[in-house]
Amino acid sequence: MRSAAKLKPGQGPLDYGNRTWLKVLFVSIFFILYAPILTLIAFSFNTDRRGIVWRGFTFDNYVKAWNNDSLIEALTNSLVIAFVATIFATILGALAALLLWRFRFPMKGGYEGFMALPIVIPEICMGVALLLFFVNSGMMGFFVSMPWPLNLGNIIIAHVTFCFPFVAVVVRSRLVGFNRQLEEASRDLGASEWQTFWSVILPYMKPGLIAGALLAFTLSLDDFVITFFTSGPETVTFPVKVYSLVRRGVSPEINAASTVLIVITVVATVLAMKLQAPPKADKG
Amino acid sequence: MDNWKQNPRVFWTLGLPPSIWLLLFFIIPLGFLFVMSFSDKAVIDGQISINEYDYLTGFSNYIRAVDPLYLTIMWKSIWISALATALCLVVAYPIAFGICFAPNRWKPLLLLLVVLPFWINLLIRTYALIAVFRTRGYVNEVLGLVGLGPFEMLYNDFAVIFGLVYVYMPFMVLPLYATIERLDKSFLEASLDLGASQFQTFLRVTVPLTMPGIISGVILVFIPCLGTFLTPELLGGANAIMIGNVIERQFKAANDWPFGAALSFLLMYATFGALALRYLFTLRSKGVGV
Repeated sequence: MRSAAKLKPGQGPLDYGNRTWLKVLFVSIFFILYAPILTLIAFSFNTDRRGIVWRGFTFDNYVKAWNNDSLIEALTNSLVIAFVATIFATILGALAALLLWRFRFPMKGGYEGFMALPIVIPEICMGVALLLFFVNSGMMGFFVSMPWPLNLGNIIIAHVTFCFPFVAVVVRSRLVGFNRQLEEASRDLGASEWQTFWSVILPYMKPGLIAGALLAFTLSLDDFVITFFTSGPETVTFPVKVYSLVRRGVSPEINAASTVLIVITVVATVLAMKLQAPPKADKG
Repeated sequence: MDNWKQNPRVFWTLGLPPSIWLLLFFIIPLGFLFVMSFSDKAVIDGQISINEYDYLTGFSNYIRAVDPLYLTIMWKSIWISALATALCLVVAYPIAFGICFAPNRWKPLLLLLVVLPFWINLLIRTYALIAVFRTRGYVNEVLGLVGLGPFEMLYNDFAVIFGLVYVYMPFMVLPLYATIERLDKSFLEASLDLGASQFQTFLRVTVPLTMPGIISGVILVFIPCLGTFLTPELLGGANAIMIGNVIERQFKAANDWPFGAALSFLLMYATFGALALRYLFTLRSKGVGV
């Protein structure tokens, strides 16, 4: 009690949010987290080729990256893969989420564990397992001989496999808030199973589906390890391309291309988070 | 929830596509890998074949994996991951704590700031670190202004550990935030009222009550660190090899798939061990009633 008399408002024993040392710590940690990324973005606009000293503002690096055919090819591949994989992953994830939300069945705990397995095992193990599978089943040879964009098939399959369990988690957490009396009401009023799904459950699921799809899209766009193992010798995705460039050194072109990818993923993520936020007004 | 027997048609329509996909493109590939880990390269006409194998020949790959050379690498992977995890915890705990006690209108923004780097491509973040820490990078430029350096900060174990902390920090903050947010703040008040210092309260009330979050965070960071391949590959020097790099070499340059398969399974067993440990801890803390 001796110190209580001296306390000003906002300085109570539990007002940790106002402690100076905590604020300093916050600022320094966020600085360390963001400084490398922000310098990367800033120096994508730098005129200096070596990229160390700030010499002036320019869009040249973007123009160069845009005219670099192999970079654009890699980016196109990545976007096509992410787009197709997202469609499959969203459908499969939604089905799995509906199954786990709606039904009781024997060994359900085991099945949930089985669904979570692609999320928990190390990426590199999944990558090499898929590589082995594709090569031994002849799928690798088959896809490699196909014309573009079908030659991306093996990568798309790998991406769907690691994305859809994440979609299932997101969609299921949305479904938990669904009031099942609405479904009963729909049935009582004579709707079939399919009509109930289409006009009652699906509209409620929609924010979860969109959030899940955006998550799958960013996961696919970002993946390096699994793509590195499952891609054929000729196919290059954007992260794989950046990897080969980074090993040769730092260049402003990589900065420019990376900045584009950062903007795409950040926009997708912020959108997904907005949609995933617990609904404030509508109580399903 | 319905019993599946009430509506088997819907049950199978929902259940079959994801299950078949997972079986075909996940379980069967893991099965291939498992078989491969017990196989050897075939010897045809006295020559070791490049892509023919004698399947299920025995444990030779696993015996090779306990060779001191590989044991050293495994041990190194474990201590690097453990150190990175511990550093993550030390940095993330005050962050999570601070967010919980921040004004409500700031919380979503602060959480977003913590999570956002996680969504930015792992490779790009690692590349950003290289640009900052290389010999002619920004840190050395700034140090040069005051007449220090340049220091060689990349391509050593320190760089790998820093990279891992940098990359996996959000995994630690989120579970910690979730438990600290749920912590009943009146326990802290009671402890302080009863004469404990802030430090004692933290050590004997806050930490034990948030133990489930600490354990979740530790496991969530430790597992990806243990299996990492990109960070040591790009930030580590020749001697900063971790188990992920050895696996990668077996499947790419060294072309020894059976041995790589055995190492992958050892890595997976380690992962499952960590997950089992977490499960045991959650069982125990449920008994305590947190």
